[in-house]
Amino acid sequence: MRLLRAPAVKEATPSSDTSAPALVDAPLLRLDDVHAAYGRIEALQGISLEVRRGEIVAMLGGNGAGKSTTLKTISGLMHPHTGRIELEGHDVTLVPAHRLVKLGIGQAPEGRRIFGRMTVLENLQMGAYSRRDMAEIDADYDRVFGLFPRLQERRSQSAGTLSGGEQQMLAIGRALMGRPKLLLLDEPSMGLAPVLVEQIFRIIRDINAQGTTILLVEQNALMALQVAGRGYILQTGKIVLADTAAALAQNEQVKKAYLGG
Amino acid sequence: MRRLWRSVLFLGRDSRLRAWLKPWTDSLNTFSKGHQSLSVVLGMAVVTTVLPFIILFPPFAGFATQGDWVQGFASAGIFVLLALGLNVVVGLAGLLDLGYAAFFAIGAYSYAYGASPFAGTHFPFWPLLLVGAMVAALFGILLGAPTLRLRGDYLAIVTLGFGEIVPVVFRNADTYTNGTNGISGMYRPALPVTGTFLGLNPVPYYITVAVLVALAMVFLYRIQDSRLGRAWMAVREDELAAASMGINTVTTKLLAFAIGASTAGLAGVFYASKVTIISPDSFGFTVSFTILAMVVLGGMGNVWGVAAGAFVVYEIQSELLKQMNGFVEHLNLPPINLGVTTIDLAKVDFLQYQFLLYGLALVGMMLLRPEGLFPNRRRRAELHDVDDAEAANQELVEA
Repeated sequence: MRLLRAPAVKEATPSSDTSAPALVDAPLLRLDDVHAAYGRIEALQGISLEVRRGEIVAMLGGNGAGKSTTLKTISGLMHPHTGRIELEGHDVTLVPAHRLVKLGIGQAPEGRRIFGRMTVLENLQMGAYSRRDMAEIDADYDRVFGLFPRLQERRSQSAGTLSGGEQQMLAIGRALMGRPKLLLLDEPSMGLAPVLVEQIFRIIRDINAQGTTILLVEQNALMALQVAGRGYILQTGKIVLADTAAALAQNEQVKKAYLGG
Repeated sequence: MRRLWRSVLFLGRDSRLRAWLKPWTDSLNTFSKGHQSLSVVLGMAVVTTVLPFIILFPPFAGFATQGDWVQGFASAGIFVLLALGLNVVVGLAGLLDLGYAAFFAIGAYSYAYGASPFAGTHFPFWPLLLVGAMVAALFGILLGAPTLRLRGDYLAIVTLGFGEIVPVVFRNADTYTNGTNGISGMYRPALPVTGTFLGLNPVPYYITVAVLVALAMVFLYRIQDSRLGRAWMAVREDELAAASMGINTVTTKLLAFAIGASTAGLAGVFYASKVTIISPDSFGFTVSFTILAMVVLGGMGNVWGVAAGAFVVYEIQSELLKQMNGFVEHLNLPPINLGVTTIDLAKVDFLQYQFLLYGLALVGMMLLRPEGLFPNRRRRAELHDVDDAEAANQELVEA
């Protein structure tokens, strides 16, 4: 049985100044002491974090710190063996990935993972797979094409032939087609030319301004801390630092480790 | 003479001819896009009507009587059904199934239990078609549920195992299956108009299988363009990405298995009712392999292509090779002396070289035309980098 979808309400208050977020009953996403393992290797050793509506939150850390694993457990592609994940106050710890999409989690996975043999338009169509509100979906194509005019030009081209930057745009656009409340972005700047990186981050800010909450994993700490309101620093599966983005950017340790002195 | 041959061989590529035919082909294309199911039914009706007239053409006329040809076509139809079903699993969902004949066997034995003296039952054929399809689908799900977590090679190995287990069970469960001797004396189908089908008259079987194939094709075309069809495509490309689009990958793959298996079940019931005797030996690995070869040779993912591929492969394997013996004998070729040994083509039993010829055909095909005889658009692009070239051109134009 399928519940009728309520007309979309912009519940989030879009604001680029997220350092002082308004208090809401429950945060959009909350992780409480999450442990997750690949076989016997424990990749997450007790992650606790919060993302509130309307925020951009950055997760930073070196290779193998557990950033991508954290995203995987949030999107249900992996399940924690202990700990709890809440979405809007509801326990979603063991909810499978495909149902989380319906509950409002969208992601542009690591390595983009677009459907290379489908056209750009078909990829976006797949992004809207969990929805049946045709009129709204059509409006969302326009929204995505508005954010990424490049994709509109290439709409009937097969996605595997796009450049790296275009593929990243497609991965983000595809995730947006599910109309997520929370958008998970895994290294959106990876392998892109500096000009493109700036462009992608500008668009990330635009998406947030349109009302989508964003959790961002990045190696490019400098850029990430510029767009984010708050940030978490991960190290070997633990959160070692949590603060506003501005404070993190000033933090000596962070500067030394991630911002190149 | 050579020019004549060239013009015949390259007929399809002749631009003047194409231009001349264009209005017709265009309107045909628009029609078939707008009325897919209708055009499948019409297409099958035309094919079914035309095929028996093969006897009018010289090389085929000498091989066999019209009755034998039609008999052969009816059997070919069974393999067309099987290939269509396997195409769902392998071509659409991208799951390599090496034990597909098991579902064929399950369908056939379902009929044996429903309508044979051995089981002491005599249910009518038509509802048993559905029962066979459903029993096979059930086994598809039973096999799929625990194994579909596996991917690629691992899944292939498990299906291979299943394909071996099923005939072995039928062989050894003597009490229930009559073991190696199999079950015989299956009752033949009957219709109010025609009465009970006769073994000597292949026409009712031929028409029945044509109808089944047409129905299967309509169904498969519809499902290919549905949400489920798109989900299969996504799972085939990238399972993890598919899951993060909100696709339930487990159900999606299970449905591919179940639908593929049910088509094989259908084919099994028809097969059992046609040959009226089945034994475990008819469902070995070679059958699974043959069906897979048909799908690949025909053009994975393309419904008409797979059907045509199955038909052609079956005809070559069981009709042409059979006739080849007689044909070569007639040629009266002198034995070829190779020094070490002599080869007398007249004494070669070409049927024995079936799998050698298959192998050669497969290798040749993969080298020359890896997308199959009648590929679907997507796969051709992927194998020949057509899109790459187009993209490059586009970039050049833009620069």
